[in-house]
Amino acid sequence: MEKLSIKEKKLEAINLNVFYGAKQVLKDVNIAIKANTVTAFIGPSGCGKSTFLRTFNRMNDYVEGFRKEGDIIVDGKDIYQKMIRVEELRKKIGMVFQKPNPFPKSIFENVAYGLKIQGIKNKKLIEETVEKSLKQSALWDEVKDDLKKSALSLSGGQQQRLCIARALALEPSILLMDEPASALDPISTAKIEDLIWELKQKYTIVIVTHNMQQAGRISDNTAFFYMGDLVEYDETKKIFTNPEKERTQNYITGRFG
Amino acid sequence: MKRVLMICAIITVLTTVGIVWVLFSESYTFFQHVSIWDFLTDTEWSPLSTNKHFGILPLLSGTLLVTAISMSIAVPMGIIIAIYLSEYAPKKFRYYIKPLLEILASIPTVVYGFFALTVVTPFLQNYIPNLAGFNALSAGLVMGIMIIPMISSLSEDALYAVPKSLREGAYGMGSTRLQTSFNVILPAASSGIIVSIILAFARAVGETMIVTVAAGNMANLTADPRETVATITAFIVNMSSGDVQQDSIEYQTIFAAGVTLFVFTFILNSVSFYIKKRFQEKYD
Repeated sequence: MEKLSIKEKKLEAINLNVFYGAKQVLKDVNIAIKANTVTAFIGPSGCGKSTFLRTFNRMNDYVEGFRKEGDIIVDGKDIYQKMIRVEELRKKIGMVFQKPNPFPKSIFENVAYGLKIQGIKNKKLIEETVEKSLKQSALWDEVKDDLKKSALSLSGGQQQRLCIARALALEPSILLMDEPASALDPISTAKIEDLIWELKQKYTIVIVTHNMQQAGRISDNTAFFYMGDLVEYDETKKIFTNPEKERTQNYITGRFG
Repeated sequence: MKRVLMICAIITVLTTVGIVWVLFSESYTFFQHVSIWDFLTDTEWSPLSTNKHFGILPLLSGTLLVTAISMSIAVPMGIIIAIYLSEYAPKKFRYYIKPLLEILASIPTVVYGFFALTVVTPFLQNYIPNLAGFNALSAGLVMGIMIIPMISSLSEDALYAVPKSLREGAYGMGSTRLQTSFNVILPAASSGIIVSIILAFARAVGETMIVTVAAGNMANLTADPRETVATITAFIVNMSSGDVQQDSIEYQTIFAAGVTLFVFTFILNSVSFYIKKRFQEKYD
């Protein structure tokens, strides 16, 4: 894999160790992720890929017993420094979760939420942003006449695209996705995948997935995790056709998982 | 054995039916002497004086006044405590403090009544010169404190039951803890919180000892919390412990007042039951 210059690195982990209490869940992980790419984290359950994803926006802060060594760098800054305001960080880094989790509010209010908590009151700006975000997440045509309806009335796939729109409304530069399609039917999954392909133009996307085909279809680079180790990190093409490590080969071909 | 259990169940049902029957049949006799219209619109309640009036409004206003004061304390305090316990407090603290709070609810209400009469009223009289010795304000304040655990405990359950994924969604968008609590978690738990408020309201309306001891017993159509008032419950207590003749019209006022109270709390309970049913499983 090509070496990235400092400027090209959007996200970086340096000698990262993560512990939950006495248990070590990530072991000396080093990775550098290039801007405007899609990176897939794959690996069997419990390999630490979700935990790793969540260190980039510090969602692990709330987990009891969480402790880390090493550094996480976003846009050239160590995000675990004391002076970093975690709320500001999370506005720059959108997150989409495994299960769609729209707020119990209207469709419009869900997308407007991020702006409103920032104290933005300009109605026109909010309306424009809501429309833009819903268009970006390919949901606009389906909901434009029902913006006042409860978000909970949408189907699972629509809810997930709403959650993506909600994240996009804040205009982040990075999008973290934690198995965003695992709770969806194949058609909704296809829509989400198309969407990720589109969003790549403007965002740096990191996606955790259990679905190997999905990783193969949508990602530029793939990182394979096993038992807290980053086993192999390379271009997706290479990982899926000619991996260097035997363990990766075994996982990809379905010999364990 | 099965029969014993069934008899126990039947006894409770029969008791309830019996109470309702007595309430309605006795007040039926009452309403043959006093028209329902007079009962609901007359602004005086003086069943014991020579010029008798049977307007429930003064008792109703006394009840609602004390209830309103208590709710204005219990609702904000109860919800804030619930949010603190559910969203902020360390697990251990929550574990110990919740049962402690519930002790508040297990203090006999007569103790609260004397606390209001002998501690709160004299204290407030230092600041509010026109405060009567028996007044709606102290009774309402103390009742509010007593009801806090009802609201905080049920609301906390509702808040705690909001799925973790919603919290993560809110944090993931850069919400602070406060924003998450008030903008996302609180609305998501609103049905449970509303139910807790309605139940607390019903409890306040039916509460007897505090008002009997501390609010006085003077049917008084007023909205001034400094004055002496009588609530429906306090009236019933005083009337039952007095020596009115059975089957007289004075005696039957007890049941008329009782029916009013019954209808009131019955509606409140029904509403809370409906809300619970209607919104309960939104997240499953």
